[in-house]
Amino acid sequence: MSVLELDRVTYTYPGASSAAISDVSLAIEPGEFCVLAGLSGSGKSTVLRAAAGLVPHFHGGRFAGTALVGGLDTREHGAAEIGRIAGTVLQDPETQVIMTTVRAELALSLENRGHGAAFVARAVEETALSLGIAHLLDRPTSELSGGELQRVALASALASRPALVLLDEPTSQLDPVAGDELIWQLRRLNQEGDTAVLLIEHRLERCLAAADRVIALAGGRVVCDRDPGGFLEWAAELEPALATPGARMFARAGLRPPPTGVKQARAALRRAGLLDGAASGQLTTEAPLRRSRLRRRRTGQTPALQLSGVWHELTRGPTILRAVDLQVAPGERVVLMGRNGAGKSTLLRHAARLLQPTRGRVRSAGRVALLLQNPGDYFLHERVDQEAPTAALETAGLGDLGARNPRDLSGGQRQRLALAIVLGGDEPAAVIALDEPTRGMDTASKRSLARWLRGRAAEGTAVLLATHDAEFAAEFAERAVLLADGRVIADGPVAEVLAGGRYFATETARILDGAGGAILPEQGADVILSRVAAAAARAEGGVRS
Amino acid sequence: MNGATRIGYVRRPSPLHAARATVAATYGCALAVAALMTQNPILLGGLLATVLAASFAAGVGREITRAARVAALPMVVLTVLVNVLVSREGLTVFARLGDWGVLGQVNLTVEAVVYGLVLALRLLVVTLSCLLVVCAADPDELLFSFRRISPHSALTAALTTRLIPVLGADARRLAEAQRCRPDGGARGARGRLAVMRATVAGALDRSLDVAAVLEMRGYGAARAARGSGRELSRHDVAFAVAGAAVVLIALYASVTGAGSFTAYPLVHLEVSWEVISLAGAMLVVSLLPFLDRRGVQR
Repeated sequence: MSVLELDRVTYTYPGASSAAISDVSLAIEPGEFCVLAGLSGSGKSTVLRAAAGLVPHFHGGRFAGTALVGGLDTREHGAAEIGRIAGTVLQDPETQVIMTTVRAELALSLENRGHGAAFVARAVEETALSLGIAHLLDRPTSELSGGELQRVALASALASRPALVLLDEPTSQLDPVAGDELIWQLRRLNQEGDTAVLLIEHRLERCLAAADRVIALAGGRVVCDRDPGGFLEWAAELEPALATPGARMFARAGLRPPPTGVKQARAALRRAGLLDGAASGQLTTEAPLRRSRLRRRRTGQTPALQLSGVWHELTRGPTILRAVDLQVAPGERVVLMGRNGAGKSTLLRHAARLLQPTRGRVRSAGRVALLLQNPGDYFLHERVDQEAPTAALETAGLGDLGARNPRDLSGGQRQRLALAIVLGGDEPAAVIALDEPTRGMDTASKRSLARWLRGRAAEGTAVLLATHDAEFAAEFAERAVLLADGRVIADGPVAEVLAGGRYFATETARILDGAGGAILPEQGADVILSRVAAAAARAEGGVRS
Repeated sequence: MNGATRIGYVRRPSPLHAARATVAATYGCALAVAALMTQNPILLGGLLATVLAASFAAGVGREITRAARVAALPMVVLTVLVNVLVSREGLTVFARLGDWGVLGQVNLTVEAVVYGLVLALRLLVVTLSCLLVVCAADPDELLFSFRRISPHSALTAALTTRLIPVLGADARRLAEAQRCRPDGGARGARGRLAVMRATVAGALDRSLDVAAVLEMRGYGAARAARGSGRELSRHDVAFAVAGAAVVLIALYASVTGAGSFTAYPLVHLEVSWEVISLAGAMLVVSLLPFLDRRGVQR
């Protein structure tokens, strides 16, 4: 019996004029690891909510078709009963953790289902150990970071050992290291415990290697249901925005089949003799170290933003920033990267003068417009044209949406409106600072944002952006600054910084080991093609001799 | 905000935190009940010393004294002031303030000041005892225990306790976002109102999110939870006995009239070895459980 079976499910949210999903049929077998892919608004989250029993019981609306979860019909059984079979982790970790300590949070669903104290205690311990959060068990949930909260939410969903785990972008708030860890924890649980997984993820390169199957949605309908390799073949042809960077690189270089991950890509290149000595894992440590050397820019130009020896030390708390020196030139596009808690958001707040350094100085050539992580936090009115001046709305491409309610806009439009708000004053901004602007965005929206920001930079506004998204950083920035424990540990051209690492690196760079400073699929394809040409020339030379 | 001085439960390596939540809450409540049963300033003083000593022994003294300074002391001052102004029963006048309209002739008496102080002392002990419960009794465990009696009330309490910090965080984020506006956002009362309105507007969405998670975690289908089946620990027994003993001592003082105290028309306070011994006994009995520090670390 399938652990999840949707048969021609059509669902319309209350008040909506069109269906969010139409005629969706799919089945997940026990032990399968499935990824649900699609652009924003394609209906992924609605499918997940239908599988969790929240649709239609919790949201209302019109529901047609049949959804069976472990044999239970969701029309007859609510989310609480479905929860015995399917554990669910949603996007926002803040609203998913109910209790005040991690131990109580993990015990919550077990206690609710009437399990005895001994069973609960054992399940809590085992779940915490399996997810590496045993050290958090007695910590108050109010003190946990976003990444820790997300792991606790996952543990809470897994504590009752569900047959199916449903996850809606669980890595969207995690740094690359924590995101990869979470995916591999899921894979391990899937392999060791036979737990089926249905995962929504925009950064497909992160999870395809772990997946058995990919189901793609477009316009609320299933448009592809294949193994990861088959999905990438389909995406290359019909939906390039869903193709992973590795697959795009292979397609551009004329190589087939598209790789589902770094390991497969490197194996394919090695077989074809296209991984040179330096790129086959024999790099000396000298090159990356030289690349990560701290580089201080000294130009004659008046900087748009300058942080000199900035410290941020909390009273009776940790030190968040340690003597940070950073200079950003007008029109420069800079990304800040680093693990959760490295100090990126704090640095941006200092740049915008929301915080005062405990030591050091912040200077800017003009106003620093800061866009924080949640664009919705900027909206106070019922109409778009009440939020920002007309000129700013026009610049943000929202001129024709003045009468709409800000909360009804799409994710990308909300972000542009928030940008219009912070940029809308009489004094033009010298610097635009953005904190994790691509969270939860699909590739198309990211490209649109990158284009828009490049346009502002071309006009002379410096752009400083904190992100975990190496692919976006590679596409947008010209310079990358890597923070660790409140210190700048690398500062240089984006190709140098992102080609030289393992976690803070693009998939292209990881496949090619940063050869030729290639970080984008197009650059990687050029590197491969040049190797193909060199190999052909060598072969030709060999034949002649 | 510095979490070290924030009022709230944080698990600490103390015998009181090691006791189960229902016992820790009962212990705190016993101190409050004892304060409500007595009017004698010596016994109340003994109880105040007991609560403060217990707070420090439980590792939450700093939080509780800070909260007392911020919230309880103004309440104490107000209590004394109101009693002095409205009381007509004392005989020893120390100030005549004349005709105060609705209040009539206002004469300040020593007895009214003393009675106000005793009332405030009682209020202070009750408040600090409640704060001790807040800091030392695990609210999650209490909710689980309470759910056996009333699942719906527990659901509402769980939803509210989670929603309040979520909305608080939302309000802080919204306020920060307003500061990022080119004009710095609306300031003062207008700014606060705008943030509050936006927070409330988002509250429905947030409560739906939290409620959805609660539903998925099985609240809607909650079975009658079984008893915890946890054995009584040495700390459970010690604090339960100590709480009961304090209440019994207060009951004894109340029934026998030991340490009688009257404020009106003239202050009369019986100071005897019996009263001092009872106050001392309450202090000692309450603090004895803190001496056993075995198994306090989780």
